[in-house]
Amino acid sequence: MKEPFGGIILNVAFRMLVPFTIVYGIYVLCLGEYSPGGGFQAGALLSVGVLLARLILGFDTKFNVLGETAVVLAGIGTFLYAFTGWLTIFGGADYFLNYNYMPIKLEPAHEMHALGIFLIEIGVAICVMMTIINLLDGIVKRGEEDGSAE
Amino acid sequence: MRGLVSVMLAVVTAMFCTLVTYLPPIGDVKSAPNQHVTPVYIERSAEDTGSPNIVTGVIIDYRGFDTMWETSVMFLAGLTTVLLLTSNTVGRRKEGEPEDKEAGEVIK
Repeated sequence: MKEPFGGIILNVAFRMLVPFTIVYGIYVLCLGEYSPGGGFQAGALLSVGVLLARLILGFDTKFNVLGETAVVLAGIGTFLYAFTGWLTIFGGADYFLNYNYMPIKLEPAHEMHALGIFLIEIGVAICVMMTIINLLDGIVKRGEEDGSAE
Repeated sequence: MRGLVSVMLAVVTAMFCTLVTYLPPIGDVKSAPNQHVTPVYIERSAEDTGSPNIVTGVIIDYRGFDTMWETSVMFLAGLTTVLLLTSNTVGRRKEGEPEDKEAGEVIK
């Protein structure tokens, strides 16, 4: 995205939109346990914040995640999910992702399940967010190589 | 051969269309999938998982292992797409270079 397509209207409007989108994304992430939503949807919402800034201000924007960083972070998100499973195994669980054996003991027992679900959803959200950013990065790079972006 | 395929497709389609009428109606409590494990999830998911949302309870707690590989598949699919998109430019024509007719269709 060498040539950002932001005019004065988009420049002003997206500054209003992005904070609300991100707050709503975090809301969907944290309330995914109680209401429709969860990690996948929250990740898509969070990525919109970064992508809007990138599309409108170009790659020079301060609020940006580059493609290389995005790949690493997506892997970390996936790892966080698996790591939660290993945490339960280290705690002595008989099978993978049995939250009753989380290392942190909470009362009553379903609070530990809530903690495990929250950790997992953070992992999923990071993975989805960074994968979407990564995809846009790849498409933009390919377009610039072909010369079809100009 | 093409006629045989057409006949087989017609037979299979007719079979599916006939069998669809024997499916249980949506939301039937007496149908087989609704009697096996669903009642247990509905009764116990709130106290088991601490989540009032049964869908979250099922996909992240009871079926957490499945969702883990779902996430991995999505990560790998995104990674592979980006690798293919940004891969090397071997065999691709540069901008403004005339197309080489003898080398066949240039991959672009």
